[in-house]
Parts: sequence; C-alpha cells; structure tokens
Amino acid sequence: MAGIAGHKSALTWAVHISVALLVVLWLFPTIGLFVSSFRTADQISSSGWWAALTSSEQNQVYRAADPDDNRVAEGDGFVVTGNIFEDEPREIRAWGVSSRNVSAFQAGETAEMKDGETVTLQPDGSYVWRGNDKQLSGRGQRIFVTATVPPEFTADNYKTILFSGTGQDNMAKAFFNTLTVTIPATIIPIVVAAFAAYALAWMEFPGRALLIAAVVALLVVPLQLALIPLLRLHLGIGIGKGYLGVWLAHTAFGMPLAVYLLRNYMVGLPRDIIENAKVDGATDFQIFTRIILPLSFPALASFAIFQFLWTWNDLLVAKVFLIDATGSTTVMTNQIVELLGTRGGNWEILATAAFVSIAVPLFVFFAMQRYLVRGLLAGSVK
Amino acid sequence: MTSLSLKDVSKSYGPVEVLRNIDLEIEEGELIVFVGPSGCGKSTLLRMIAGLEKITGGTLEIDGTVVNDVPPAQRGIAMVFQSYALYPHMTVYDNMAFALKLAHQSKDEIDKAVRSAAETLQLTHLLDRLPKALSGGQRQRVAIGRAIVRDPKVFLFDEPLSNLDAALRVATRIEIAQLKESMPESTMIYVTHDQVEAMTLASRIVVLHGGDVEQFGKPLELYERPANTFVAQFIGSPAMNLIEAKVTATGETTSVQMADGGHADVPIASRESDLGTSVKLGVRPEDLTITQSDDYLVSAEVEIVEALGETTVLYFKAENGDPSLIAKLPGINKIDKHTTVRMTAEQDKLHLFDSAGKSFLYR
Repeated sequence: MAGIAGHKSALTWAVHISVALLVVLWLFPTIGLFVSSFRTADQISSSGWWAALTSSEQNQVYRAADPDDNRVAEGDGFVVTGNIFEDEPREIRAWGVSSRNVSAFQAGETAEMKDGETVTLQPDGSYVWRGNDKQLSGRGQRIFVTATVPPEFTADNYKTILFSGTGQDNMAKAFFNTLTVTIPATIIPIVVAAFAAYALAWMEFPGRALLIAAVVALLVVPLQLALIPLLRLHLGIGIGKGYLGVWLAHTAFGMPLAVYLLRNYMVGLPRDIIENAKVDGATDFQIFTRIILPLSFPALASFAIFQFLWTWNDLLVAKVFLIDATGSTTVMTNQIVELLGTRGGNWEILATAAFVSIAVPLFVFFAMQRYLVRGLLAGSVK
Repeated sequence: MTSLSLKDVSKSYGPVEVLRNIDLEIEEGELIVFVGPSGCGKSTLLRMIAGLEKITGGTLEIDGTVVNDVPPAQRGIAMVFQSYALYPHMTVYDNMAFALKLAHQSKDEIDKAVRSAAETLQLTHLLDRLPKALSGGQRQRVAIGRAIVRDPKVFLFDEPLSNLDAALRVATRIEIAQLKESMPESTMIYVTHDQVEAMTLASRIVVLHGGDVEQFGKPLELYERPANTFVAQFIGSPAMNLIEAKVTATGETTSVQMADGGHADVPIASRESDLGTSVKLGVRPEDLTITQSDDYLVSAEVEIVEALGETTVLYFKAENGDPSLIAKLPGINKIDKHTTVRMTAEQDKLHLFDSAGKSFLYR
C-alpha cells in the first residue's frame, strides 16, 4: 500500500467537484453583475457581460456635413470633404450608403450611386462626397458604418446610484437606512443572547433544561408565522413602522439561533477555568465579562456575521415592519424592488444598485470568514 | 490549633452515596495527601473543601468556622487544578493577578505579590507570555503561582502532576516539596492516585476507597502498620503478598500454618477466639528472603524471573486460583525458572489480617 498517502478517494473527488460547482454557481452571476455595473446601457443591450473585455461590433449612422454650407466647386460638380469620426476614431469593418445594405463596402472603397454620385470613405473616417449641384444639396449623405468598438468601462452608473441620481435612482439614503437597521439589529441580539447563553450553560437554576429545549423548539418556527401577530403587537404598543420595531423584530427572529449557538459554544469551555475563577472570587457577572466573553469571541463573531448578512439582505421583515410613505426609511433591498418596477429596462442601473447592496456583505464575509468557519465548527461539532 | 476539620462529612448524588462519614482533623502546616484508586471520591472530597461541591451531610470547619455554605472565594483557600485551568486569554501576569484584582487590591500590592511569587517559582521571565506559549511544567508552575499570590489558609492540589511526563513529574514533585518547606505555616491538601507522590510529599496520608477512609496516618505508618488489606496492598510496589493461613496458637505471639506446609510465628497479639480461624498473612515482596531451612514461610515454583540489576523480582506459580506471590530480592540473584524455592521473612515484618481484611493490630 505504498500510495496510501497520496491516494484520493472517490469521495474526495466528489467533494472537490461539488465545491467547484458551488463556486461557479455563486461566482458566475456575481461577476456578471459586477461587470454589467460598469457598462453603459448601449453595451449591455448589444452584447452580454462576458463580451465586455473584447471589442464589439456596432452599427452606427453618420451623416456627411451639410452640403449647402460645405460644398466646394470642383470641375463641373461639387465635393464635400470631412471626417465622420470627429474626435472619436473607430475601426471601420464595413460601410454602406443605403439602409438596405449597411456593409456593402470596405474602408477605402468608393461607393457609386445613381448618376455619377460617389462617396469614398477612408479607414480614418475621412470621406469625399462628389456629385452635381442637385445631388449635393439638402441634408448630408447618410453613411452607415459597422465599427469595432474597443472595450469601455464607465463609473457613471455608480455616480448615478451613489451621488447624482434623483429619486429612486439614488441609493445613498437607502444605504444608510440599511446600516441603521442592520447595526443595532446585529448588536442587540448578540448582547441579549450572550447573557442568556451564559446562564443556560453555567448557572444552576430549576427549569434550565426546559428553557434550552424551548429555544431549540423555537429554531424551527418559521418567521412568516409570526409576522402579522408581531406587527399587531407592535402597532398595539405603538412601536410599529419605525426603526425600533424592525430592530426588535430582527432581534426576536435571530434570538433562538443566537442563544443556541452561543450556549453550545460556552458549555464547551473548560469547566475547570470557570471553577477556578469562582475560587478566585469572581461573581457570575465577572466570570461572564472577564472569562467567558473573551473566550467566546469566535462564536460571537460567527453569529454577528450571520445576523449582519441576514438583516442586510432582508426584504420581508423590512416590508412588514418598516413602512413609510415618504420613503425616508426605505432600505436598499426594498428600493431595488421599487427600482425594478420603475426602471425595469435599465439594466445598468439595476445591476449597479444590486452590486452596491451586495458589496458590504461581500466585504464582511471576506474580512471575517475565518471566524465564520471556526465559530460554526466550535459551536456545533465541538 | 486545628486548621481544617471535617466532621461526619458525607456526599450523595441523589440516592448514590459517594462519601460516607468522613472525619478528619488536619493541623495547621500539614501536607495531607488524599490517595486512592479512581472513583474513590478523593477529588470530590477536595472539591467539597473548595466549595465547588455541596456538602450533603456533616460540617466542614476552616480555622474553627463552619464554612459549609460559604462561597469558595471566602473560604481562604486556593486550588490548583489537574488541567491547570489557566485563563488562556490572559498573560501569566494577569493570570496570577486576577484574584487580587477581583479583591480590589491596589496596583502596587498586586505587583509586589505577583513578582514575589514569580520569583519563587522562577517565572519572572515568562510574565508577559500567554499560557499557550508555555510548556506543561511552566503552566503547572503558573497554576501554583496563582494559588500562592492569594496567600490562602489552605492550598488544594487536584492531581497537579498527572498531566506531566515522567521526568518532569519527579522534578515538579521535588519543587512542591521545597515550596511546602518554604511555607511551613500553610496547610496543603493534595489529591493523587500515585502512591510515590503520596509517600514522598505527605506529612499524613488519607487512603480513600469506595467513599470510606481506609486509614489516616503518617506515610511510614501506612507502610509498616496498614490497617487493612486494602491499604496493605495499595501502599508499596509490588503490592503486599497475602497468604491464606490458619491460626494454630494464640496469645502475645500468633502462630499460623499455611496450606503448603509453611509456618510462621507472628509477634502480634491475638485473642483465644481466633484459634482455628482462617486469616491472611501479609508479607511485602521486599521482605522475603530465600532460605534452605525447614522453617520456611512459603515454598513455591518460580515462574518468571525479572533481573533488574538492583533487584531481582520473582513471580511464583499461582496455585488453585490464589493470587501469585511476588518476591523482590536485592541485587543479582541467579535463580532458574521452574525451580522450587523456600522463602522466609523476619517475624516483625509480618502482618496479620482477619477474614474481613482488618489488621489484627487495629482490632
């Protein structure tokens, strides 16, 4: 069995392949969103985001200069010269003078039209348009160009979404509204749950096991079940439809998992350390603040990340508990939904808004993912 | 003056009684070792003294005050745990200062106490380290230092050496002995299952077995005058040989006759009623010597010879289910396997136990 150390079982491969699939599944739309948010509406409509890095072909219509002002006599006719790409040179793949055949000629060729009228288009965009008095009058000759457009990225979408946009296009206010919801909705349950978890893990009192069982039972209650009763309660006591209501709602919905996760972690801390602190003269509160809290940091961080992500991405609770006709407390998820209604065709705006809303969770995840994994393992598997 | 006194202390978890009627009077300045096999209740007894387990019967007094319901911190005790129980997120200094900070002592006092304890234990250069950056022996010393800074009336050690490797264990054992010597007035209680630690450290040993105190006495007293067969076999290595015998004469000296023809006159008094009863004759392996005379104690076939250089250990063939006898002879002894030898021992090295296992000396 010489190869045992290097041998990979089928299971290992299955794991690797599933991981790769999951990564692709997650990365594909995210990158698409990211790339789209830097493209213009034209680019999005002419090609997919995967073509963003290669040049794209675009059909464009130019018009020669107004012959009445610019024509110059030449022999028995007139000529108009100029450049269709005034300050924006492009690579011409083909061109034409009729909308029926927009790519009839190559750059440098001369298009012969009726009665000796000709147009010559050079690769640099300069043209020579010859004809008689009647032909070179009125409006300028249309020139259809199939041009290759180099890849181009713009931060204009972000300017619109974050700063210059008006009304629903501007997410800046919603961004801060979301933060206003998310930060207290993360901190409050952690503080409350940490106290509860310590008591359930290390303090002796009658009914402790029943309480733990109740917490576990609450884990399986779907949030939707409690929405309306809770809203009625909030309205009844007068805290509905404001930040306080949504904070308390998020706290309540996050609490069972928080208590469960933290209690399981704390109960795994060595008993000797806690007993030693008792012999050293620490009260329960001192044991909690000086010993348990610092040692539970991985579990606290892991739950904080969860709760932050949930409340950040939450739409349902915000829709129910944070309703405001003036829109001054609208969170980002809600605003994107509204944007979808009013600007449904403007993919560049939608993509940018969506990316702004996932940027913070992405950052939080990558900054703290080691706590996420460690805390999860520590809390459950032990 | 009595420093610590347990009166009729017992402990039960529901219907399960784990300690029964423990009576101990411990003087100030003593180093008491609780020793016994696993599950004998020695750690539980220590934790009851510490205040970490509730005392379900009897009273515990420290310095004349009943402390049954006093929380651990106010009992004037300090405990060193088997796992060291260092606070992993605090430096060595903070670990040692923690209890003093909780007691609201001034910064200067704390600093002085910590530094002098660190000096004693040679921890000064480690004060800024975290526990994870220490070796096992250093962690153990920090745990002891944490107890010293509190200047307690009673030190409690819960198997403090069991997590150390053999060499370190010996070194730390000697350090603890020196520490005790440098603090003659402090009382220490030390739990171990290792009889060598018990014999070398203790001023008196409590042998616990199944929730009962089997014997409480000085180390050599336990060795020379064990109160029962359990103590006789627990103290000393290899364990004492117990040989079935019948009493043939009583009086100041008791005569016994073994089944295999051996015979002994033991200078231990017996009653007339003992005549003809079956007893156990105890003799330690190291007290047995080879003899050619007819006045032998045992005669048996050698099954295994372990020549260790400084000693030679003989294992005799067990007959009809008896535990096999062991003899430990000094130096090198050339004895072949499967030879039958006769062994004897000096009379005053013999022990007599009745059929219930109780020593004749303590009846």
